[in-house]
Amino acid sequence: MATFAFQVNGQASTVTVDDPSTPLLFVLQENFQLNGPRFGCGLSQCGACTVLLDGQPIRSCVTDVSSADGHSVTSLEGLAALDGLPDPNALHPIQEAFVAEQAGQCAYCISGPILYGYVFVRDHPGASRADIEQGISGDLICRCCTNYRMINAIVRYAGADPRGREYRR
Amino acid sequence: MKPKNPLQLEGARPLSAKAIDVLEHLDASRRDFLKTAGVMMIGFGVAATTGRAQSTINPSGNVDTTQVDSWVAIGADESITVLAGKCDFGQGLRTIQYQLAAEELSVPMDRITLVLCRTGVSPDQGYTAGSFSTWTQFGGGGLRVALDTARDALFQLASQYLDVDVSQLTVQNGVFSVTGGDPTWTVSYGQLVQGKRFNLTVNPQAVPNNPSTWTILGQSVPRVDLPAKAKGTFQYVQKVRIPGMLHGKVVRAAFLGAHLQNIDKSAISGLAGNPQVVQVNDFVGVVADTEWHALKAANALAGAITWSAGDTFPAQANLYTYMTQQPSRDAFAVNTGDVDTVMWSAARVIRAQYLYPFQMHGSLASSCAVADVRGTGKTATVKAWSATQSVYDVRTYLSTLLSIPTANIEVIQVEGSGCYGGNGNDPVTFDAALLSQAVGKPVRLQYTRKDEMTAGEHYGHPMVSNQTAGLDAGGTIVTWDNETFLMVHGEGPLAGFTQGGAPGPGNFISGALAGFPTALVVPTATPANPAGGLFWDFGNSVPPYCTGSVNGVSLGTGTIASQRSLTRLVESQLWTSYLRSPDHIQNTWSNESFMDEIAARQQQDPVLYRIRHLADQRLIGVINAVTQNALWDTRPSPKPGNARTGVVTGRGVSCVLYSGFDGYCAVVAEVSVNQDTGVITLTKVTAGIDTGPVINPDGLRNQMEGQVLQGMSRTLLEEVKFSNLGAGGVGGGTVTTNDWDTYTVLEFGDNIPEIDTVLINNLKVPPTGAGETIITLMPAAIGNAVYDATGVRLRQIPLTPANFLAAKAAQKV
Repeated sequence: MATFAFQVNGQASTVTVDDPSTPLLFVLQENFQLNGPRFGCGLSQCGACTVLLDGQPIRSCVTDVSSADGHSVTSLEGLAALDGLPDPNALHPIQEAFVAEQAGQCAYCISGPILYGYVFVRDHPGASRADIEQGISGDLICRCCTNYRMINAIVRYAGADPRGREYRR
Repeated sequence: MKPKNPLQLEGARPLSAKAIDVLEHLDASRRDFLKTAGVMMIGFGVAATTGRAQSTINPSGNVDTTQVDSWVAIGADESITVLAGKCDFGQGLRTIQYQLAAEELSVPMDRITLVLCRTGVSPDQGYTAGSFSTWTQFGGGGLRVALDTARDALFQLASQYLDVDVSQLTVQNGVFSVTGGDPTWTVSYGQLVQGKRFNLTVNPQAVPNNPSTWTILGQSVPRVDLPAKAKGTFQYVQKVRIPGMLHGKVVRAAFLGAHLQNIDKSAISGLAGNPQVVQVNDFVGVVADTEWHALKAANALAGAITWSAGDTFPAQANLYTYMTQQPSRDAFAVNTGDVDTVMWSAARVIRAQYLYPFQMHGSLASSCAVADVRGTGKTATVKAWSATQSVYDVRTYLSTLLSIPTANIEVIQVEGSGCYGGNGNDPVTFDAALLSQAVGKPVRLQYTRKDEMTAGEHYGHPMVSNQTAGLDAGGTIVTWDNETFLMVHGEGPLAGFTQGGAPGPGNFISGALAGFPTALVVPTATPANPAGGLFWDFGNSVPPYCTGSVNGVSLGTGTIASQRSLTRLVESQLWTSYLRSPDHIQNTWSNESFMDEIAARQQQDPVLYRIRHLADQRLIGVINAVTQNALWDTRPSPKPGNARTGVVTGRGVSCVLYSGFDGYCAVVAEVSVNQDTGVITLTKVTAGIDTGPVINPDGLRNQMEGQVLQGMSRTLLEEVKFSNLGAGGVGGGTVTTNDWDTYTVLEFGDNIPEIDTVLINNLKVPPTGAGETIITLMPAAIGNAVYDATGVRLRQIPLTPANFLAAKAAQKV
């Protein structure tokens, strides 16, 4: 048995497992009952399990729980709290942008586009639409193929489009 | 590329707190729902003791679809509960049914609580599939007529209560008043119904509200589910958690069609998490305390089983030849009997063959279900949470599979990821139930990616299509003949429809492993005539340019009177079932590419040549709308002046009336092709649709855009591959496309085209389907554009660089 201590969506937590190589996704799903990170492939090929580890996107399906020890994990549910929004249960502005663009159908994939979009815009101030189209890539799949709208949503969040300015922080 | 559809939705969630609770509340019976709705329960569900014939639930757990009370309940607290049997798996049907109920009952959406797809709770509306849901729910046999019957009854009650004629009544937000009368002289739905039941039979003739008066339908109402999905709180079936729930995994046969010969169950002894082996004939699985424990046990067990070599099947390179040499089950969609004669006298005959591969649903989530089987014998009970498209059919299959009466089985639909047809949702439900029955505890089972793509998957049909057309001296097509081979196996719920077999769990991969019989293709001595003696083009095998004449009745969209369309089903070694636009996308790839070939050989503009052979004004209308928006360059293909090396551009068109009745659509695709590398890039798509009154413009555009891109993915990238590695070529076959690296699909970062959607808001006809329309047109539109750009005619999907270069070399372009 091994016990690991880490923050999950701002809450200090510990978890005890018999195998330190247990995927973080299964711990978030079973021990923390999170619905945001989702199992798609278990192979780091689709992005549905994406969470932020100390603010950087990782694939929780291929990340051992031991790697989270001493770190901070943020899933879709915790994005508003991460940025200190007054109501942690409200939608984060990038989530608002996805709803505003109606960017999703089944939306099972949405952890990937939202969290990679959030990090890309954070790390690339003033990113253009073309930057975003190229930057949001790499083993990320929306099988309903709402790619067009999801890119629109990230562009809106980035403020790269006039319609998105109100979201610019 | 400019973003489109500037909506001002900003997280709007037009549902009541109760409706949201129901959306995410998984454990309530119909009685509970209606209790909370404030409906009096007297006589409800107890027909035997009260003698009330109008009870809507019979002891078998069925809900009587002919009764208004099965569909709508109005509480004394003014709450409105609507129950329906068409489910949402990402296409937006939940939102649309909210809109429909609100519109027909003249209340805002937040007055309504919608409950979908639970056995014993919602009416049995069969499978939510085939692009039929809009047609069903808005037509004469679904939710709309039940709502309108209720609305008419409320008007009658209000007329009596207020003592005025129905024609003098106005209703707003569920409150009646008298037009021009005392404004305080009102009565509400709740006051009229007083929490009682309607006790009314659904009137199939009930008249819908006129689309020209719509205030909620026809609007871009935002998706009710999307805020929770974006926030991460939405409960997919993958996130159902039941107290005491264990986790399962399946261990599938190493080879296709293999049988279990030996299993060493001790392989998992000593592993953590209390793993147990479950084996029922060739069905093998494990159950353990956590998902990780189950996965490790499954991996350990997989190496401890000996399987037989399995089925023998053709090498992939020989698949299409093999398909045309097997005993087949043949049926005509049309056969006017004069095709050979007219062809013989034609001035010119043109032939071509088109090929389409096995493709897979490739759902983003691997499929998942939770099953809770308790007890044994006649008193055993089952509760299953499933992303199935039909809770009642799954209940029937579970009853056979588990030998438990249907009355003891409850199936609750919980949304999974997009399924695009008969993916692993039903098989995984059966698997979870087998595991739960064996261990007597609730079991959650989610497939691995490999399971999803190889061992729970029923693929879409591969096709070989032989096309022949006869033209007169003026270049007009006078006869059209096609012969289509499709490969099928199992087919899930469609076994009776396709193979002529008996329904049962053995038509799904998991039921077959558990020992239930699979219906095989029953070959025919001579082709069957059109079913029921009517034109029924489910599969779109009949080209849009034919009259669709069967027994003197012409229901097609074209003018060509001499026609024959023969479909020949042969047995497949891979499991198959319906995949979005089933057979329609294959047949339309063939028909619409061939039409383009004929037009090119006649040196005719592809749009004008199509219209010359069309009679249906709605189809012509949507073609004209799309080509106008696309600034169609009227001229024959190929495009004059294009070099035969380097990068060139071109445009292509295709059109169809989906299923022969369910959505008129047309697409113009624009491509650039690097003729040296063979890389095809889709640069712009103009997609247009006439499905009657537009119910939710933004929702329709969302569906159309997704279909453009999924259609592009299926056209350019997707093909299931398999190997046949057994000794002497016997057995040992496996599907080798078993993850996202080997089964390539559209990903973020890939090129996506500019998309222009054209909606024709046709208020004069009832609404029809849209979910499988545009995707049907994508392969031919892209292939035709490639021909326009390069002069190379592509006849095999996917349109990979290798296929392009091979065709260019073979055609000496």
